[in-house]
Amino acid sequence: MEEIYKIVAALFIIIGTFLSLVSTFGLIRLPDVYTRNHAASKSATLGIMSILLGTFLYFHYVHGHFDTRVLLGIFFIFLTSPVAGHLISRSAYHSGVKMWEKSVEDDLHNAKEKVFIKK
Amino acid sequence: MSFQILLNVFLAYIWMFLKNDYSSSTFFIGYLLGLLIMLAYRHFFKERFYLSRVWAVIKLILLFLKELVLSNISVLKLVLSPKLNIRPGIFALETELTKDWEITILANLITLTPGTLVVDVSLDSKTLYIHAVDIPEKHEAIDSIKNTFEKAIMEVSR
Repeated sequence: MEEIYKIVAALFIIIGTFLSLVSTFGLIRLPDVYTRNHAASKSATLGIMSILLGTFLYFHYVHGHFDTRVLLGIFFIFLTSPVAGHLISRSAYHSGVKMWEKSVEDDLHNAKEKVFIKK
Repeated sequence: MSFQILLNVFLAYIWMFLKNDYSSSTFFIGYLLGLLIMLAYRHFFKERFYLSRVWAVIKLILLFLKELVLSNISVLKLVLSPKLNIRPGIFALETELTKDWEITILANLITLTPGTLVVDVSLDSKTLYIHAVDIPEKHEAIDSIKNTFEKAIMEVSR
């Protein structure tokens, strides 16, 4: 039975590392801040979450040690990571980082101009 | 809702006093029994029964997890595909939600949806500006946001 738990925990950790690797590739490959942020905010979240889940399962079932702090870590990463992604792209936009030249649409730019004209 | 939870805890304590046993398991049984009693008398409450709200919250969390996994698969496809065949852009989305915490949850959900990321919220907090990896697919994204997420959040807040 212990072997099964070990394998499941290892699978979670491998998936987590793979997702983190993919988000690193995304950071290198994608063209601008906003698209890079997609890779960073999504894959990294699930990657870290599944690494932590694998750690939790391993210590719970193999060593019999129920560590709630790991669960809290999962919870808080789940809560904060989308906010971080949003804040990075928001501050990038407001400090004037250009979008990729192949971008097709920018409603925010139009909306900002309207507000400016009203003032 | 807080009144109902308080009442439920009160009923659980009454059960503990009746049984003359003050362990946590008795409290738990009393809580469940109180829940049953409140379920039977739920028409006498002015608000709706609070368990249905708890159920809506659980459904919302499951939706969060599902979207997280789906969006990871889409990022995986995007990053590992040999050619970058994307047309990113920012589109505007009108939201029906009004309270601040609802909009926060909606923004978090959108950020975890495949291919979308909230860049900004307008000052009157009616419009969300969303960065999408692939603008031609934006109608699907708008559809899922309008039909799935807003409904799930309204279930909780209603």
